[in-house]
Amino acid sequence: MRVVLALLLAAASPAAGQVAGFVVRGDAIEAPLAGLVGDAARGEAVVKNRETANCLICHSIPDPREPFMGEIGPPLAGVGGRLSPGQIRLRLVDPTRVNPGAIMPAYHRTHDLLRVDPRFAGRPVLGAQEIEDVVAWLVTLRE
Amino acid sequence: MIRRAAAALLLLAGVAAAADIRPSRDFLSPELRAQQDDPSRHPGWLWVEEGEALWARGARSCQSCHGGIESMAGVAARYPAVATDGALLNLEGRIERCRTEQQGEAPFGYESEPLLSLTAAIAQRSRGMPMSVATDGAAAPFLERGRAFYETRQGQLNLACGQCHDDNAGRRLRGDVISNGLGTGYPAYRLEWNTLGSLHRRLRACSLGVRATQLSLGSPEYLALELYLAARAQGLPVEAPGLRR
Repeated sequence: MRVVLALLLAAASPAAGQVAGFVVRGDAIEAPLAGLVGDAARGEAVVKNRETANCLICHSIPDPREPFMGEIGPPLAGVGGRLSPGQIRLRLVDPTRVNPGAIMPAYHRTHDLLRVDPRFAGRPVLGAQEIEDVVAWLVTLRE
Repeated sequence: MIRRAAAALLLLAGVAAAADIRPSRDFLSPELRAQQDDPSRHPGWLWVEEGEALWARGARSCQSCHGGIESMAGVAARYPAVATDGALLNLEGRIERCRTEQQGEAPFGYESEPLLSLTAAIAQRSRGMPMSVATDGAAAPFLERGRAFYETRQGQLNLACGQCHDDNAGRRLRGDVISNGLGTGYPAYRLEWNTLGSLHRRLRACSLGVRATQLSLGSPEYLALELYLAARAQGLPVEAPGLRR
């Protein structure tokens, strides 16, 4: 039932072309989005980019060269040991599927959002390839 | 658990859980807090002095009706307030009305230097006084609108104000400490702006931060939100002109 709903929502969205369909099993999306292969080095750059994903506004990473990291979300050190790639993928795509009250934004979702700035309307924060790149880097953070 | 239940009851009663809300100055670095307290090192005082000069300028000056600006003590603590015609006015709106209706002049315009100056000079006369806005009667529906805006997740980043300013106050967002999001220091001199600006200018920056539509200065949504923020700050001191990062 949840699987069908996810596919319907993705298909019904006006920006369906920008959001990849996915299947949630338990608390994970096992299959890479759109069958794409992630690149860890590109993913590291996405995580550190302050203009787009801006992960470090809330999270810290185990890199002493990064100043001023946030403390709203859990530290990402060791996340690759705590969560499977599929669990990380769902938490990036839409954390409210795991916890409806999650403060973390959904990085690959365009539906059910209010008052979105027209410059960003209909576009997810990160595209499918960027999500896969970030997953590929986060799984390397094992301690 | 008991604390959470008590907070829920307070919210039901129409006021925020004041015990959990701290003055904005508590979230400033010690250096910035000391500078906010010292007019000789606070650039916002340039606007206060200009505003005091404007207060007395011209034949139909503010002073010609109100007397010296010291008569404004306590006024800013009671704004936003509902006017006799039912409109919700913040201090800027009140000044503009006086200007057009009593002084027969063109409005200064939101975020103009003279309006910021007069607002800062008048608000400064309430510095240290406890916020005491009316929240019942004609103000009640505006308060509800403001609360709804505050509590609604919005923007591409899908965040409600309280997710940062209630749930994560005191924690670091990058290098900044998150405050309880009160408006008590505005107009404020922000180092990021390198100038004095209004609360609504700051709210537009919040909207941009969550990638939501930026509303107009003086828009009904921001005015209602300003009232809700003031109600959250009930009893806490006016800090205007504030000094902010």
